[in-house]
Amino acid sequence: MSTTAAQKGGLGAAIWDYLTTVDHKKIAHLYLVAGGLFFLIGGLEAMLIRIQLMKPDNNFLAAGLYNEMITMHGTTMIFLAAMPLIFALMNAVVPLQIGARDVAFPFLNSLGFWLFLFGGLMLNVSWFTGGAPDAGWTNYAPLSTTSPGHGVDYYVMGLQISGAGTLIGGINFLVTIVNMRAPGMTYMRMPLFTWSTLVTSTLILFAFPALTVGLFLMMFDRMFGAAFFDVAKGGNVIIWEHLFWIFGHPEVYILILPLFGAFSDIFSTFSKKRLFGYSAMVFATVLIGFLGFMVWAHHMFTVGMGPIANSIFAVATMAIAVPTGIKIFNWLFTMWGGQIRMTSAMLWSVAFIPSFTIGGMTGVMLAAAAADFQYHDTYFVVGHFHYVIVGGVVFGIFAALHYWWPKMFGKVLNEKLGKLAFWPFFIGFHLTFFIQHFLGLMGMPRRYWVFLEGQGLEAGNMISTIGAFLMAIGSVIFLINVVYTAVKEKKADGDPWDGRTLEWTMASPPPHYNFVQTPLVRGLDPLWVEKTEGKEGMTPAEPLGDIHMPNASILPFTMSIGLFIAGFGFIYQTDDKTWLVASVIGMAITFGSMLTRSLKDDLGHHIHKEELEEDIKKGVGK
Amino acid sequence: MSHEDVLNPKHMPHDPEKATLEGKNKFLAFWFFLGGETVLFASLFGTYIALNSSTAGENTPEHLFGLELVFLMTMMLLTSSLTSVYAMYHMKNHDFRKMQTWLAITVLLGLAFLGCEIYEFLHYIHEYEFTFGSSAFASAFYTLVGFHGGHVLFGLSWIVTLMIRNQKRGLNLYNAPKFYIASLYWHFIDVVWVFIFTVVYLMGKVG
Repeated sequence: MSTTAAQKGGLGAAIWDYLTTVDHKKIAHLYLVAGGLFFLIGGLEAMLIRIQLMKPDNNFLAAGLYNEMITMHGTTMIFLAAMPLIFALMNAVVPLQIGARDVAFPFLNSLGFWLFLFGGLMLNVSWFTGGAPDAGWTNYAPLSTTSPGHGVDYYVMGLQISGAGTLIGGINFLVTIVNMRAPGMTYMRMPLFTWSTLVTSTLILFAFPALTVGLFLMMFDRMFGAAFFDVAKGGNVIIWEHLFWIFGHPEVYILILPLFGAFSDIFSTFSKKRLFGYSAMVFATVLIGFLGFMVWAHHMFTVGMGPIANSIFAVATMAIAVPTGIKIFNWLFTMWGGQIRMTSAMLWSVAFIPSFTIGGMTGVMLAAAAADFQYHDTYFVVGHFHYVIVGGVVFGIFAALHYWWPKMFGKVLNEKLGKLAFWPFFIGFHLTFFIQHFLGLMGMPRRYWVFLEGQGLEAGNMISTIGAFLMAIGSVIFLINVVYTAVKEKKADGDPWDGRTLEWTMASPPPHYNFVQTPLVRGLDPLWVEKTEGKEGMTPAEPLGDIHMPNASILPFTMSIGLFIAGFGFIYQTDDKTWLVASVIGMAITFGSMLTRSLKDDLGHHIHKEELEEDIKKGVGK
Repeated sequence: MSHEDVLNPKHMPHDPEKATLEGKNKFLAFWFFLGGETVLFASLFGTYIALNSSTAGENTPEHLFGLELVFLMTMMLLTSSLTSVYAMYHMKNHDFRKMQTWLAITVLLGLAFLGCEIYEFLHYIHEYEFTFGSSAFASAFYTLVGFHGGHVLFGLSWIVTLMIRNQKRGLNLYNAPKFYIASLYWHFIDVVWVFIFTVVYLMGKVG
């Protein structure tokens, strides 16, 4: 209903459409735009950090501003760039891959997005209101509890709001994948991207509440006079570290696993082979997810937990290299003997394998607890986690965007520009971060504002900064490609890559109900099964009939804006209690919206058979 | 299924809460949500256990807690869980009136529990000057028990909203899942209290 209104109306109607949409494909667009914007902000912060560290004793950024910069770079990239970009991909692809018409809870899907966005905005408002958070993205107590000003308060409220959105998104995908699969789509026929979304969503469900509690404790200490981290009153600062990493370590798998899934689909498609060792890949994904919860304390080897705890966590950490190794080899064997097409998506994927493997190898080095006492808080660690996060997550996001762009926007990204973006980014990435391992081993600590002259750190830091500029150039070329493709490229058909899975069975972009008729899945790579039997498209699992679709709603937006307002109230009531009025108003908006949602029936609407028949004539069902 | 069939079903199935896809989704999602809630309370319990002896020379658990009131509260909440089971039993037998009655009893017991908890907190504050910021133990105590109390308050508001909203139209396939997951939530609150009773109050008195 709202979609047709938007097509007739102008810009205002289009904005209203996006504010109220519950369509997973449009929510994917929203996540992509918002996540992309935060990626640029985080990237800008990274450039400023690298300029500051370009030469010894530099004074480009003031010391305090530098602390804010590193904190916001890390927080923005993890929570506001990588996570939403992953959610963009999940939303765009997962319902299509399992043959569903939408996610299980379209309303909650929209709520998850708006909560994330308002949380992210809240965090970034701090730049303009007297200083951003400055205690590092890990926000350790007592540095964070004693940080002056409101910066850390923004961290607490911003992450609390956006974290709630992520949790809601996770539950939504769990239920979608368990309950909404098309007939014949058994668990062991699900594409790897769907599998990794399932495992990731489980990790989100069990990891994020620990962060929620940690943030509440931090909020109570900073804003309401509690004493959790106040040692004078018996508090214990290590509790924050545990809660943060009980969340934080699964978080790194939340980031990488969906991209592991995307790589699997990409390798298989562009090698024209089914994925090598499909079931081993599935079990490796589940095992990584499981082990991901057993290793959080390897971030805390130097805290003083003692040799027994350190040893247990060291061994558990090293064990994760086994399922990850299984995955690396299976990707290589998938390509082995395949008809490989080196598209941009494939280029990013192939580059990921050695890059990520280096990151994994330094990970095992860091897991050796005794050696970690040397590496801890040096640039070796910075090099390591950028190798896994950029070499894994960012490469994966670029690969997946190239691969699914036609399905999301109806046009294939320009291949020449795609490759032109890849090379400076790839070379720049290795220039920036490879040398950082050696800087770390030479004793350069992380998070320091300046380094000194004459300690042999000049050349390495200069190389690192040059590399960062190359990465920036690569990113800008990618953006140019997005604009160029939107203006110049012609419309793609439904299956531009000779695909194997269900998302390639309908037009690009798909109609808002996705499938005219729910498909019958007859094997792994269901579209390929049909192709090998010479069939055009899928066998339907149901006769043509009315389709039930959810209604659009503005309530997710108002619920989120309520919490946004309330957040400011909580932050500033420490200065002046009248700010509590803002909290009350904000919470009233949120709870009022929830009450409205509860009282008003929302049964959705039906798309009638006649409309579908007209769409088929227009060629929507492919 | 047409909207008419959902809102005014000709025949009510035995499990009206899982008769529609929306109902099935809600049922599963709520169990997942309770999994997340379990981690939330586990984190709060972990924090409490780490800090329950950090009294900073102020009030200790042994000194503060009185088991009489807590025993009464425990009985009220456990009984309310039982009455919500009766409510769901009547839902499955499609007896809307009896379901509403038992839910009303559940709500009354929950309100009584909440009243006792508020009295308990005020008692500690006024009689013992045991406030949120007195010590790390105080912060951990009020946060853990307070989070549970907040859940009770939310659960009560939820059940009351559902009861009032559907008072006139009775049970159908659209609201049955809502009643059912509200009762699941209520059971979860009850289970958490059993752990609070043991870890906070009993261990506080003994240890």
